[in-house]
Amino acid sequence: MIDARRSLLLHGGIVACLALLAATLPAYHAGNLTRILVLAVYAMGYNLLFGYTGLLSLGHALFFAAGMYGFGLSAALGGLSAGAALLAGVAAAALVAGLTGALALRTRDVAFMIVTLMFAQAGYLTILYLGTWTRGDEGFVLPAAARRLAGFDLRGDGARLVAALTLFSACFLATAALTGSRLGRTLIAIRENEERARMLGYDTARLKLVAVVLSGTLSGLAGAAYAMLFGYVGASFATVQYSILPLLWVLLGGAGTTVGPLVGVALMFYLIDWSSRVTDAYMLVAGAALIGLTLFAPQGVAGLIRRKAAPWLP
Amino acid sequence: MEFGPHLMLALLEGAVTSAVLALTAMGLSLVFGVMRVVNVAHGAFFMLGAVAAWWIAQLVGAHPALGFAAALLAAPLLVGAGAMLADRLILARVGYDPERTIVATIGLMYVIEQTVLMGFGPDARPVAPPFDARIALPWVERTAEGLALYWPWGLSITAYKLFVIAAAAAILAGLWALMTRTGAGLVMRATQQDRDMARAFGVPVSRVFARVFGLGAALAAMGAVLVVPIQQAHYLMGGDPLLLSFIVVIIGGLGSLPGTVVAALLIGMTDGIVSVFLSPTLAKIVATLAVALVLVFRPQGLMGRARA
Amino acid sequence: MTQPPRPAPTRRRALATFGAAGAAVLLGDVARMAHSQGAGPLKLGFQVHRTGIGAAYGRWYERVATAAVARINDAGGIAGRQVRMIAEDDGTDPRRGAEVLDRFANLHGADLVFGPLFSNVVIGSAPRAAELKMPYFVVSEGHHVASGTLNRYTLQPGITDVKSQVRSVAPYVAANIGRKVTMIFPDFAFGHDHREFFTDAIAAQGGEVIAQIPVPPAETSFTRYFPRIPRETEVLYHVMVGPAVLTFVREMGEFFGGRGPALFGFIDSLEAVDIASPGLEFLEGSHLWEGMPRFAQPDQTGHDARYRAAVGVDDTGASIDDPRDVSTYAHMFGVWETLSVIKAGMETAGYRGPSDRPALIEAVEAMTDMPLSDDHPQGDKLFNGRTHQVFGRQSVSRVEGGRLIRVHETSVEDTLYEDEVDYTTRPF
Repeated sequence: MIDARRSLLLHGGIVACLALLAATLPAYHAGNLTRILVLAVYAMGYNLLFGYTGLLSLGHALFFAAGMYGFGLSAALGGLSAGAALLAGVAAAALVAGLTGALALRTRDVAFMIVTLMFAQAGYLTILYLGTWTRGDEGFVLPAAARRLAGFDLRGDGARLVAALTLFSACFLATAALTGSRLGRTLIAIRENEERARMLGYDTARLKLVAVVLSGTLSGLAGAAYAMLFGYVGASFATVQYSILPLLWVLLGGAGTTVGPLVGVALMFYLIDWSSRVTDAYMLVAGAALIGLTLFAPQGVAGLIRRKAAPWLP
Repeated sequence: MEFGPHLMLALLEGAVTSAVLALTAMGLSLVFGVMRVVNVAHGAFFMLGAVAAWWIAQLVGAHPALGFAAALLAAPLLVGAGAMLADRLILARVGYDPERTIVATIGLMYVIEQTVLMGFGPDARPVAPPFDARIALPWVERTAEGLALYWPWGLSITAYKLFVIAAAAAILAGLWALMTRTGAGLVMRATQQDRDMARAFGVPVSRVFARVFGLGAALAAMGAVLVVPIQQAHYLMGGDPLLLSFIVVIIGGLGSLPGTVVAALLIGMTDGIVSVFLSPTLAKIVATLAVALVLVFRPQGLMGRARA
Repeated sequence: MTQPPRPAPTRRRALATFGAAGAAVLLGDVARMAHSQGAGPLKLGFQVHRTGIGAAYGRWYERVATAAVARINDAGGIAGRQVRMIAEDDGTDPRRGAEVLDRFANLHGADLVFGPLFSNVVIGSAPRAAELKMPYFVVSEGHHVASGTLNRYTLQPGITDVKSQVRSVAPYVAANIGRKVTMIFPDFAFGHDHREFFTDAIAAQGGEVIAQIPVPPAETSFTRYFPRIPRETEVLYHVMVGPAVLTFVREMGEFFGGRGPALFGFIDSLEAVDIASPGLEFLEGSHLWEGMPRFAQPDQTGHDARYRAAVGVDDTGASIDDPRDVSTYAHMFGVWETLSVIKAGMETAGYRGPSDRPALIEAVEAMTDMPLSDDHPQGDKLFNGRTHQVFGRQSVSRVEGGRLIRVHETSVEDTLYEDEVDYTTRPF
């Protein structure tokens, strides 16, 4: 069980480092850290399906948006408190993930990519179509009540960072525990060889649906949290761009590793942050960096570390 | 407008959409089929084709038809050459690994879009169509004296749109001949079926890949040149063709050329016909879901074979 | 992309380099922030759409902002202090927009932020502006400010909103173009605003909207929607945004073939587009709303002439350097006038540093009349401090021989409507 202890040390250590960073970073970078932590939850949700189960979805923006709109609409129109609205957002994402997962899992490989992509596209158009309530592309600002959780006003930078760190740490440790668990190992077995997993007596169809729902729920939690912490709900978060982003983050950081999503989000965020200080063509720099990474670090950063230095990395 | 002419118009428009889509998707399908990689930069190649068409038409000046003809010949060559270069510099070096190719081509897409924004600018720029006659179409109605022809308000098409349909059909026929009647086509099909076996028989697989990738991009560029007198060149125009091409390729059945054409027709027409019955955005939602469900209940695509 | 071969760096050296670079950036940021608290120049953050779908507008907004800041500096700056404009691209994306506000506040030490056009960027960024207590001057023509959905720190003193625009031109449409109207608009919040405001406004004139045709976003082909236009339509009211507008007009021309209804549209569609482009012949004789006439009119004021010269635009609304490079003339004056308001507000408030931001907002809230001048070349305006929204004249122009000729100008009073919010009662 050396690996388990190492894993505990690693994940506990990362959380401690993040807490230290949160306490010491200057305001600008502390703000960036807040955004990175919430987006990393989204990436972790994606990684659960892509990295661990081996299913490449191009429609996760649907789940992120389901959480965001489940939260935003129930708070702004339904008048729910932030806590209740958060639950509503997570429930909405779980429901959407269950429904689309049940249908999309009838397909595999590229067809699965396309079906999830089309469901997400239909979801985006639905948000626009229901513009009377969603205000379409323009989106809406959340009321102050929706941004007060357990007595903390999340409009303050400090409370927001603490909330983001708490959320991230909980999800981070939970996914770490999950990947070490029986379920996690079974999902990896499905990724490696679904046929064999089925022959060994696993109900792979049901397990894949469980993975989609878990992944979608975590993504939805991230969407709801993003709305709660930053006060805005809008259709741009449901566009195909937001389905591609988690794929990039996870591949950059290292698919199928617990730290990969955080590393990928942070890397991409600061890549754009730094390059946009030097040039307007920051997307060109980002594009060139993506190409460079696929050429020189094909398993992502965490994958590289696992290969070169720490083969035990979970 | 009455139902009949409305439907007729929707079908005509659907046919134009399908024609361009079939060309663009065919490029993606070819790359998909032979190389087994997803080229996310396909939409960017489409956009490059449109921008190149504008640029060439500008250079040529003269009569619009001359500029357009030059663009139709030169733009696909330019874009195809660029794509072959990208294949050599990037895709070959990641060994056509499916996931790495996705990331690399996303990166390529960002690079192309940003470069075009800097060089070409953010405005939409038109290319004059080579000819542009409006053709009013008649419809029949039942009058007291029996059936009679009349010209309903708005039921029309332009000569150029008819040309787009014909040109797309001709290019696809040419591609079909290339694939089935020539040595180059044989080599591509051999590589598609079993690249290791092809290599064993002396097929220079890496050179075939570069050509297929170039040809795929050139087909996208041809679609774009045809569409640019209707639509205008814009640096973000590649998104929709990319998504639709993807859908067409998968619905058609991986790498099946006839399947791709059928799927392009299906999708172009569904979009048009549903829009006759429902409010526009709702029509888009329904059409998208309908096509997704086709795939859910026939995962191998229309013309694909079930997996072994 | 090729590089000369060089020895691969060891992992440790690479880590050390990354660490050092990271620390340098962090320390540099802290140092820069500390510096910004001194006297020095005033720093105005300019949130601009350099990339993304708003880039065609953003480019012109930036030219105008640069010219306006140069003019202010040439005249001695604001209260004797020079102005430095810091531009940041928001990618026309709301998430990025909010992040850019963080950069202005915590990285550049900006005194205030101005400039965005697209509503989603404005609404996505406004909550962050309030949290950062950063005055946020938007140039968006959206109704979001005056509708009360935003906050005390967000103001729109340089351009009228869509509600004013639509309501004030409705009487002209009803009296001169037609009363049975079919509306065709993007299925976006912006299009929905047009739908709601115009439907009410034309009804008040005894007219009627007989059909509403929302067009899905990113649509590139429109012919199939035109059959929904009822035969008895007298006026086709069109407002489209995005690069597909040329297709829209061309296909409309092909559809009607010269026997369609009269057209009334919003120039938003045709900003940065040459009105004499191939395919736009169909607009000849039709009417367009303009925020400020693109073509210099016979009764052009000296203010308009000087403004054109300052921003580098000729009498046809195109760039002086390149006649094919057409400006977003009907909107971009808003950036110029916003900077005039910022200057006046800062000077009235005796602005010295970020702690005077509430005073700056109160000073702007206290403004009312803004007479026609070099500071306000578009025309006289009335600012409503309670709703944070300015009101001004609107133009209706007719396309004649590939030029836009103004045929009607509303009064400022025509654009007024009842207050929907009083921001001055909200705390800072």
